[in-house]
Amino acid sequence: MSTVTTDPHAHGDHHDEHHHRPPAGLKRWLYTTNHKDIGTLYLLFALTMFFIGGAMAMVIRAELFQPGLQLVQADFFNQMTTVHGLIMVFGAVMPAFTGLANWLIPMMIGAPDMALPRMNNWSFWILPFAFSILLASLFMEGGGPGFGWTFYAPLSTKYSGDSTALFVFSVHIMGISSIMGAINVIVTIFNLRAPGMTWMKMPLFVWTWLITAYLLIAVMPVLAGTVTMVLTDKYFGTSFFDAAGGGDPVLFQHIFWFFGHPEVYIMILPAFGIVSSIVPTFARKPLFGYASMVYATTSIALLSFLVWAHHMFTTGMPVFAELFFMYCTMLIAVPTGVKVFNWVATMWRGAMTFEVPMMFALAFIVLFTIGGLSGLMLAITPADFQYHDTYFVVAHFHYVLVTGAIFSIIAAAYYWLPKWTGHMYDEGLGQWHFWCSLISVNMLFFPMHFVGLAGMPRRIPDYALQFADFNAFISIGGFAFGLSQLIFVWVLVKCIRGGEKATNQVWEGAEGLEWELPSPPPYHSFTTPPHVK
Amino acid sequence: MAEHQLQPDHKPLIKSLLVITLAMFGFGFALVPLYDVFCDLTGINGKTSSMAATADKAVVDQKREITVEFLARPNADMPWLFKPQTQKIKVHPGEIKLVYYEAENITAATMTGQAVPSVAPGQAALYLNKMECFCFTQQVLTAGQKLLMPLQFYVDPALPEQFSTITLSYTLYDMTKHSQPETVAALIPTGGNHE
Repeated sequence: MSTVTTDPHAHGDHHDEHHHRPPAGLKRWLYTTNHKDIGTLYLLFALTMFFIGGAMAMVIRAELFQPGLQLVQADFFNQMTTVHGLIMVFGAVMPAFTGLANWLIPMMIGAPDMALPRMNNWSFWILPFAFSILLASLFMEGGGPGFGWTFYAPLSTKYSGDSTALFVFSVHIMGISSIMGAINVIVTIFNLRAPGMTWMKMPLFVWTWLITAYLLIAVMPVLAGTVTMVLTDKYFGTSFFDAAGGGDPVLFQHIFWFFGHPEVYIMILPAFGIVSSIVPTFARKPLFGYASMVYATTSIALLSFLVWAHHMFTTGMPVFAELFFMYCTMLIAVPTGVKVFNWVATMWRGAMTFEVPMMFALAFIVLFTIGGLSGLMLAITPADFQYHDTYFVVAHFHYVLVTGAIFSIIAAAYYWLPKWTGHMYDEGLGQWHFWCSLISVNMLFFPMHFVGLAGMPRRIPDYALQFADFNAFISIGGFAFGLSQLIFVWVLVKCIRGGEKATNQVWEGAEGLEWELPSPPPYHSFTTPPHVK
Repeated sequence: MAEHQLQPDHKPLIKSLLVITLAMFGFGFALVPLYDVFCDLTGINGKTSSMAATADKAVVDQKREITVEFLARPNADMPWLFKPQTQKIKVHPGEIKLVYYEAENITAATMTGQAVPSVAPGQAALYLNKMECFCFTQQVLTAGQKLLMPLQFYVDPALPEQFSTITLSYTLYDMTKHSQPETVAALIPTGGNHE
């Protein structure tokens, strides 16, 4: 932001920080309470999970390369789709955003660290246990969870294996981790802003994360309640979702999606913040419509609590309810449209350059909008009866989550990597990574719209013969997208090990407190708070 | 860090955030009774009343004719045979009808069953009034026993115009494990599925 400057004397202090250097070795990472260390751990964990979840996607695409069953049994296919979804949502996207929050929020608001550093250590270090439990369940007798990441009752309460208990506990731990992370973010933003950093001067990444954190503490407990009900229904004789005991399986869908819809905004609001940081830098213009961005984010978050039943149009709701949820859903297109408009207006007549972060941000704007439009199609109740549970839905949510959330995370990694490591990444390799990803991801997900409209159901390991050519093409796109991400790892390793020295500001047009710190920044960001004018 | 002035007190904020977290955990569970109350009031999920209706104000509307279809299905874990004697009938709104369902326990043990009704379309559930129904109670059948079970109902003349067909479907559940004396029922075994 153009109004942000620091006290020139503030920088001098950072060089006295040698006695704050962390201990070396494994203990540094196990015992760390430092926001940068924990941010790094979160990001590396998310990257690992991205590849594990990605490997499962490769199994799914390999099986779907041809009609019929070739490689895996149907049961194992179900476990792959289920655990792929769980890992990508809770293991890749959410921890990656939390990692970015840890690294960036203290630097952006002029704080020395997160407000609750010990809880921060906890919230990260319980995650590996959660995912070890979930992944270990795949090797149990009877296999891991195979009821879809949405674990609808009665699939999860009656027709599931005993790995369900492990699934429930791992989701509990993930939820506790997310809630602790969210509380930390809120307390940090409320209490540790530098003098002069008023609410409406906060960078948009901080704003979007603040709102995301509120969404997290509002809905993660509801998810915890849902899995608890599944656990007691399955093992302790309760009947929340069992009609025989007076329960109702449709109730499960209501409670789950009351969590589930805000959850999808948890996975996209920080992405909006990232793109709102990157676009002004490379357009060399301040963000267009800052205040409207804040209000749009807030209204998206509030509306997200009123639209959950659009996931359940085919459960036989009364027409009035279907119309209510249809119109509320469509209403979300308004604040989202405001955002896309603002990004485009920011670029309008800007002196644009196209480094890798900008390329991913531009791809985000275009491809996320495509995902948003297919979302609008799905919001139309009568049309949804046709699209429900087809590959059209798969295409829709992969456009918003892969080319939306994941592309924004990759953009953020390229954008702040020189700040974090002190080295510039290899621009040429980065461009290769971008173009390979862009082409392959569209080969992968775009044709899914067509097979979905033609009626191919999701979550089924086999399909009718007429879909064979499209699916082979989709699978090739999938393998290419998976391989393209190896270039990303190469870029990361190369950049962490060395490279051209990055300046403090890194990017010509970058503005904000984090760009006034040295690259890499000192272990504690601002021991003396900067004054924001 | 010593020179870092005025470390703010985080505790009040943390406390209020924890209260929100706990309240939302409670809200998840509160949705269960709220859902039931909401569905009872509006009748939108096809749940019919579990109380016997009285036909005091039943004025028969001779002009309209409603088709009522009957379905029956034993739950996957329920070995009984279960079917309606009548597949479908036409009734005038307000007219009282009596139909029968048949159940047969084909196992070699005494079992308890409970039928749970569901009406489609869901919004019509409020207008299907059962004066007598086997679903109000549980049925105990000894090995090989057959039972003819009555259902007496009428369609409320206030049924909105757009409905011309109502489907009443029963699912029969095995309640043998749940129909023990109260003291035992309170101690449901924790290990097994109660299917």
